[in-house]
This record gives sequence, structure tokens and C-alpha cells, in this order.
Amino acid sequence: MNRRDLLKLITTATGVAFVGSAMAYDIRPDISLQQTGFTKDDVAFLNEVGEVIIPRTDTPGAKDANVGQIMAVLVADCYTKDLQKAFREGITSLNNEAKSEFGKDYLLLDNSQRTTLLTRLDKEAKAYNEKQKMWGVAMSSPNGRREGSKEPIPHYFSLFKQLTLFGFFTSKEGGTKVLRYVPVPGKYDGNIEYKKGQKAWAT
Amino acid sequence: MANNHYDAIVVGSGISGGWAAKELTEKGLKVLMLDRGQNIKHIEDYKNAHKEAWDYPHRDLATQEMKDDYPVLSRDYPLNESTFGMWANEKDAPYVEKKPFSWFRGYHVGGRSLLWGRQSYRLNHEDFQANAKEGIAVDWPIRYEDLESWYDYVEKFAGISGNRDGLDVLPDGQYMPGFDLNVVEKDVAARIKKAFKGNRHLIIGRAANATQAQPQQGRAGCQARNKCWLGCPFGGYFSTQSSTLPAAMKTGNLTLRPYSIVSQILYDKDKKRARGVEVIDAETNQTYEFTAKIVFVNASSFNSSWLLMNSATDVWEGGLGSSSGQLGHNVMDHHFRTGASAVVEGYDDKYYYGRRPSGFYIPRFRNWGGDKRDYTRGFGYQGSASRSGWRKDIAEMGIGGDLKDAISEPGTWTIGMNAFGEMLPDHRNRIYLNKEVKDKWGLPVLEMDVKIRENEQRMRKDMQQDAIDMLEASGLKNVNGWDAGYEPGMGIHEMGTARMGRDPKTSVLNKHNQVWDAKNVFVTDGACMTSASCVNPSLTYMALTARAAEFAVEELKKGNL
Repeated sequence: MNRRDLLKLITTATGVAFVGSAMAYDIRPDISLQQTGFTKDDVAFLNEVGEVIIPRTDTPGAKDANVGQIMAVLVADCYTKDLQKAFREGITSLNNEAKSEFGKDYLLLDNSQRTTLLTRLDKEAKAYNEKQKMWGVAMSSPNGRREGSKEPIPHYFSLFKQLTLFGFFTSKEGGTKVLRYVPVPGKYDGNIEYKKGQKAWAT
Repeated sequence: MANNHYDAIVVGSGISGGWAAKELTEKGLKVLMLDRGQNIKHIEDYKNAHKEAWDYPHRDLATQEMKDDYPVLSRDYPLNESTFGMWANEKDAPYVEKKPFSWFRGYHVGGRSLLWGRQSYRLNHEDFQANAKEGIAVDWPIRYEDLESWYDYVEKFAGISGNRDGLDVLPDGQYMPGFDLNVVEKDVAARIKKAFKGNRHLIIGRAANATQAQPQQGRAGCQARNKCWLGCPFGGYFSTQSSTLPAAMKTGNLTLRPYSIVSQILYDKDKKRARGVEVIDAETNQTYEFTAKIVFVNASSFNSSWLLMNSATDVWEGGLGSSSGQLGHNVMDHHFRTGASAVVEGYDDKYYYGRRPSGFYIPRFRNWGGDKRDYTRGFGYQGSASRSGWRKDIAEMGIGGDLKDAISEPGTWTIGMNAFGEMLPDHRNRIYLNKEVKDKWGLPVLEMDVKIRENEQRMRKDMQQDAIDMLEASGLKNVNGWDAGYEPGMGIHEMGTARMGRDPKTSVLNKHNQVWDAKNVFVTDGACMTSASCVNPSLTYMALTARAAEFAVEELKKGNL
């Protein structure tokens, strides 16, 4: 049973009106963690992985943006089934790697151990993907794959990285405190000076 | 009982319907404007207008469930969270694809005027004559001169920004100041001009984004947010809601009725006139009749044609306007999704400010002037140059603080362009009623049998190669040509299914957009187009509508309608 069927069942059973067709500029309902099938522990784990990929420096990092939560939502709703499976198996694989290299769960590693491990996995992922002629996985869109696609599945760490980068740079913290954000520019100027170190526009 | 009689009925409230309502009400007619979908109030109903990616549950991405529900929309870019609900429900309103056809529909008040690309160009002198000169389809019954003053008129009101570039191929109009070409685009423009000896021009796009305020319309003008598709609380771009609807409402002569699916035009065979329309209320399924002296059909090209096909079938099996044998035929769109991109070295000390809701334009140069190709007609390019953001190659380079720093700075400049080609009117490209399949309201649906043919296929080779050549001639690196494949409809420029002409035997409409078989029925949306040109068509629908509305009112006054 998929989530939609389940929802129908719930609404029928409880008599709660379920709006079937979308209204204009429909406000999409927030997704609770429960709906994603991931747990708070999963989110905490994903935040700790994300924080190594995009750490807090003098600006907020992945954990500040709670990327674990949006990763769970995107995997549950925007990933194809085969990517969901690869991602979930990836959580187990990453923990197994931690155990075999350092003898304990990823969450029990210190920062430098985490960085060592994820740097290795990042390199392996890149090599693995390139061997299968897949490029740019980490900067690709989380919903780019089509259900039923015969394309190869990327290395799981690339999925973690893709979701971390996307989740972070589309977050309010990433968009407004790391990148530059001007809600109402007022005009377009096609020729301004740029000094090295200035950040890119968020949108 | 409510008053069901009006001077005029306008079917549809998009770009052309809004113009019909404005012009007719301003000339004193009592007008009923019908739209099949819900109302969307200006500003008030633009619920997402101030949101950013982080305000959406999936950061504005389409979910797999959305893709399942909208299989057609998911073929291209329009499906996302910010505009969800702004496209026709594909389950309630299906259609049949004999050949693949992507039909992107806006079923709500304002229609696709809220969602359009806003590029606004005039057809040129040749566009109106090419069919006759080449013996293709039929001749337009009008010439550029017939429309010129109407282009002036609608441009001034709509608020089109652009430059007067002085090119025959792209007649100048009444413009507000154009947006800037950015520093890289200016440079490439100069290099193209030099390399092609002044025969190819990279100019700023002409867009229905008002770069100046229009206080008389309550429009503050474009704020360079590039969030047009969310409805603009500043009235920054032309839409029914921002422009024509308030003008029509101001007259006190307009009645707007949402949730009104017009199922047929009621035809009086003795008088050979329409007497009104039949409406199914989309919410209650109740049927109503509304009567009027004239009917403007502006339901979008295919739905306007559908309405004619479903009307007066007791007189003509194929419906009103089918006596010519042309109703539903000659489907046109603009074929595109091919072009080239390149990396631009240098300019590391240059950037831009604001989000320009437009880009550059390269007007047609093929089969123009002395140029002759192995196909007829031509194409133009739309494109832009920009610096990459966080989605750049270095995303693949490691993890940690250095990655974060590197990725959050603007990257290299790139430039890209996408060609939009003219599609010839071909009798074999057609839509027709499929009576086996019914929509949610029990109405027959359209079946599409359209493909691009030899002329377009040959043109596509140039559309890609010329883009490559221009970028290479500009001295750019890593020039990549591409063709992402085109499926009819993806241009969202459906045209031609009730064409204008000079002869009732070969056209559905006359030179005033009147249905030959019912003179008080006017069709002034894309259905009326006799050829497609290669420029974006909406501005031409505006001009044709304003022109037809004036004619209709004159004829009414003379007692001819």
C-alpha cells in the first residue's frame, strides 16, 4: 500500500475531509517526520553526516540547518524507490564502515575520525560513479531520476552528499547566512564589481 | 432569476480573453466573462509570492506523487510546489495522444497569463506574406500594417520593456526601458556582430515586465525578483489580473463567472448567428444558458477549437466553423529545446545584481535578407549568461569547510541559448474530438495527432549548429551543442486550429476573426493564427483581440450583428 492509499483509508475511517484536487497556488502541507518512515535517530545521524560535509565555520553548517530532517522528507517523497533503498542501505553501510575502520558506530567517532572516514567514502563514491559514467551526482536534483529508470544507481555516499548540499543551500540558514539573499532587488544591474570571497546569490 | 442576457460573452480569461473583456466593457458593452476554473484574486490569492525554497516542504521540488498525478506536466519544467494547482488536473480533464503531445493548461481565472514567459515580439512584414509567397497553407487575410497601430496600443498598456533595435526582422514597438544585457552578454553581442558582419544581433529580450511603474493601473513595476509565475504582488508583469481585469472591472460593465465550463455555443440556424452559450457549472454540474449579441471565444487555441467542434453539430457534423474542413487542422507550436552553451573565461571581477526575469534574444537571420537554406522560415534564440552558483563541478571535490567556502562563491561564467523555430501549418497536424473518452463533466475530449516534419527537422540542424558557430566565433571555450528533443506542445504556443483566411472554403475565420458561419462569433486567441512566425505569439493575440473588439462594437452599432 502506498502513502496515498493509506491516506485515503485514514480519511475514510475518520471522516476527515480530504481535498482531492489541488487549488491554485496550493499551499503544500508540511511533512511530519512520522510520514517519512525515518526516526529522530535517523535525523540525528544524517545531521552528523551532513555536518562533516558542510560544517559550521564562521557561518552556520548543516546541523544548524537541520539537513537531516529535509533529507528524510526528500528521500521519502522525491526519491524513486530504488534510490530510497540505496539510501537506507547506505545508512547501514556507513555504520559498518565506521565499525570496521574504527571499531565503533559512526555517532561515537570523534570529528577527525568522521572526516577521515567520509573523505575516503567521498573519493570512493566519485571513482565508483565515474566508472559507471555518472557525473555531477552531488550537485544534481534529488528528484531528477524517473521511476523505473534503468540508469545505474550512484554510490550511496553521493546521495548523502547530494541531499546535504541541496538541503543546506535551499535552507534559510544556507540561503541567507552563507549565500547572499535579497528578497526584493528592485532592479537588475548587469555589471557590478565582484571581490574574491563575496558569496553567490542564493536565488 | 438572475439576468442571463449580456451584450457580449467572453469565453476564457487568459491573455486574449482579458483583452476582449477590457476592450468591450470600455466601449460600453455589458460583458459576461466565463472561466472554467476557480477565481484567483490579484495579490490576495498569490499565496506563494513571497516564499523562497525553504518555505516549501520539499524545497519546491515535485514529489514522486505529484509526478504520478501529473504525468504530462512532469515531462518538462513546470511541475513544482510553488505553482502547484496552477495547471489543469490531468485526471479530471484528460486528453488522448495519438502521437505524443504535451499540453500544459492553466484552468483558472487569468489562465496562462499568470504563467507565461512574457517574451513579447511583433510579427514582421514577411511573416504575414510568407504563406502566400511560398504557396504554403493559405494567405493571411491581413498584413503587418493592419496590426501595427494595435501593436502600439497593446504594448503601451501591457508595459513591454525592450530596446528599439531598428531591425526589419523584428519591428520596434512602444517600449519601457529594456533590462540590461550583462557584461558578458554585451561582450558576446559585440563579438557576434563583428564575426557575422552585422547580420546577427544579440539584443535584450522584449518582455511584458514593466520596468517603470504604471500608477494608473496600480502597478508598481518589476522588482527583479524573477518570481513571475507566483503572481506578482507588485504588478510587475502583464497578466489578466494585474492589467486587463482591473480595467474591465472599473467600467462597472463586467461580470466574471468562474467555474463555468462552456460546453457549446448556442447557434440559431435561421439567423445564422450564435445566440449565446451553454455552461456547465464545474462545481455543481448544473447547466445554464447565457445569451448575448456577440461571443468572443478565447478559451486557448485548442479549447476554443474544441468549443467550436462541440457546437452546432446538428447543422455541421464537425461543429461550428467546420464547413471549411480546416477546424482543428494546421496545429502549430514553436519547436525548440536545442541550442548550445559555452564557458566564458575571465570576468572573475564582475557579477550582477538582481534577478532579471528575461534574457537576451537573437532574432531570426536564416532565410532572411540574402540568406537561403534547404528549408523555409527561421528561428530565433533566447538565452542568458550567468555565473554558476553552488551547483558547480567543485561539488565533487571533497568535503568540509574548504568545500563549503568554494561552493558558496560564484563560479565561472557560462552562456547558453535555446532556439525557437517556426513550425509550418500542415493540414495533417490536427486535433479532433474523441467521443469515447470523457472528462469529469461527461464532455468529449481532444485527441492530438501532431508531429514536426521535414522542414522542422532540417531547421533543427541549423538551430543547434548556428548556436555553436556563434559561440565559437565569439572565442568561447567548451562550446557544447545540444538537442534535448522536442515533443509538440512543449513550446506552450499552440496555434492555428481555427485559422484566419480570405476564403470561407479554406479558413475558419475571416480577416476580423469572425467565424465565417456565424458572424457574431469571434475567435482571437492562438487558434486564429494562419502561420506561426518564430517569435513568441501572445503579443499578437493581444493586438488581434483589441482590433477585433473594436470592429465588433462598430458592427453592433451599425446593426450588422
